[in-house]
Amino acid sequence: IMLDESSEPGWLSEEVKTGTTIIAIEFDGGVVLGSDSRVSAGETVVNRVMNKLSLLHDKIYCALSGSAADAQTIAEMVNYQLDVHSIEVGEDPQVRSAATLVKNISYKYKEELSAHLIVAGWDKKGGGQVYVTLNGLLSRQPFAVGGSGSSYVYGFVDAEYRKAMSKEDCQQFVVNTLSLAMSRDGSSGGVAYLVTIDEKGAEEKCILGNELPTFYDQ
Amino acid sequence: MVGVEDLVHFRYYVSSKTINKLIQVHDRIFCCIAGSLADAQAVTKAAKFQISFHSIQMESPPLVKAAASVLKELCYNNKEELQAGFITAGWDRKKGPQVYTVALGGMLLSQPFTIGGSGSTYIYGYADAKYKPDMSKEECLQFATNALALAMGRDNVSGGVAHLVVITEEGVEHIVIPGDKLPKFHDE
Repeated sequence: IMLDESSEPGWLSEEVKTGTTIIAIEFDGGVVLGSDSRVSAGETVVNRVMNKLSLLHDKIYCALSGSAADAQTIAEMVNYQLDVHSIEVGEDPQVRSAATLVKNISYKYKEELSAHLIVAGWDKKGGGQVYVTLNGLLSRQPFAVGGSGSSYVYGFVDAEYRKAMSKEDCQQFVVNTLSLAMSRDGSSGGVAYLVTIDEKGAEEKCILGNELPTFYDQ
Repeated sequence: MVGVEDLVHFRYYVSSKTINKLIQVHDRIFCCIAGSLADAQAVTKAAKFQISFHSIQMESPPLVKAAASVLKELCYNNKEELQAGFITAGWDRKKGPQVYTVALGGMLLSQPFTIGGSGSTYIYGYADAKYKPDMSKEECLQFATNALALAMGRDNVSGGVAHLVVITEEGVEHIVIPGDKLPKFHDE
């Protein structure tokens, strides 16, 4: 029987992961992205307020999950590549271009990396778009969930999603989904971050833990 | 109200699409089985015997809690060898309708509702969001059917046919819903 596992705290040696729940959904005219804020190293929460919605360009964001270092590095690299690309073409990049850049890195280094990024944004050619880049594939979907917490809410999103929801409905859908996942997944928690992107730009919002919707047993 | 789907798989080969995972252990008490079906069947067979013997000794129908307890004892005392989880639900004269869950290591817990098995991970969010206390029988049936349909749509080792059992003071009603008659959701 062990009373004390080791003299060194776990978080010094465990990998830092953004366990996570992330979600992105399209509406007519834009997208809404959402994430929790917990970063864990083994069993310790090393950051309870991390914003996992990372900017790739003015109107393109990505949601990070998996290994924190891998995910952040991919986002930074793509942010740089998009800056160069948008100068070369002389206008705002397309969401599909950003997603392709993320996919290229994820696929090329798929054995070494363990991060999944969902890319979402608005461009004038295609409107609001959501792309998944899991394991190096590239696929556009009306909505996407990811991270360890997503398993618990597949049933909920399958049941609740309807085509042609309004911007406010989408925001409520994202908040409800995050709240449910955060209450069941040990690796998700903290506060909820939301980013709404449309033609006018990106609007960031933070919803504190005690302001999240509660369900029957809370 | 007890509901299960019924796919059985051996590694990645589906060995049966029509197995019933709702076992009747007494007149008004049913058990949902999950995990290794061989283990679950062996345990429920032993439990059924013990419960019916207990009921004869007590000269009255068994309490749902007693039935759940019998399963729990079997699971806890053989925890190294067994790989099966159960949901015991039923009706008795003392407390009315009850639901108990017996987890893998032998923990016994009473809950207003519960979900279990590999497909249950996908519907925790749905169940938490949609459950309300004091639902009517029809609302419960709809809740269970939807939850099963959603889980079967996402879990690759759940599927086939959905079995539901409604247990009340009056009796037991068995409902079977084939896969194509289950509710469909946005992407189907």
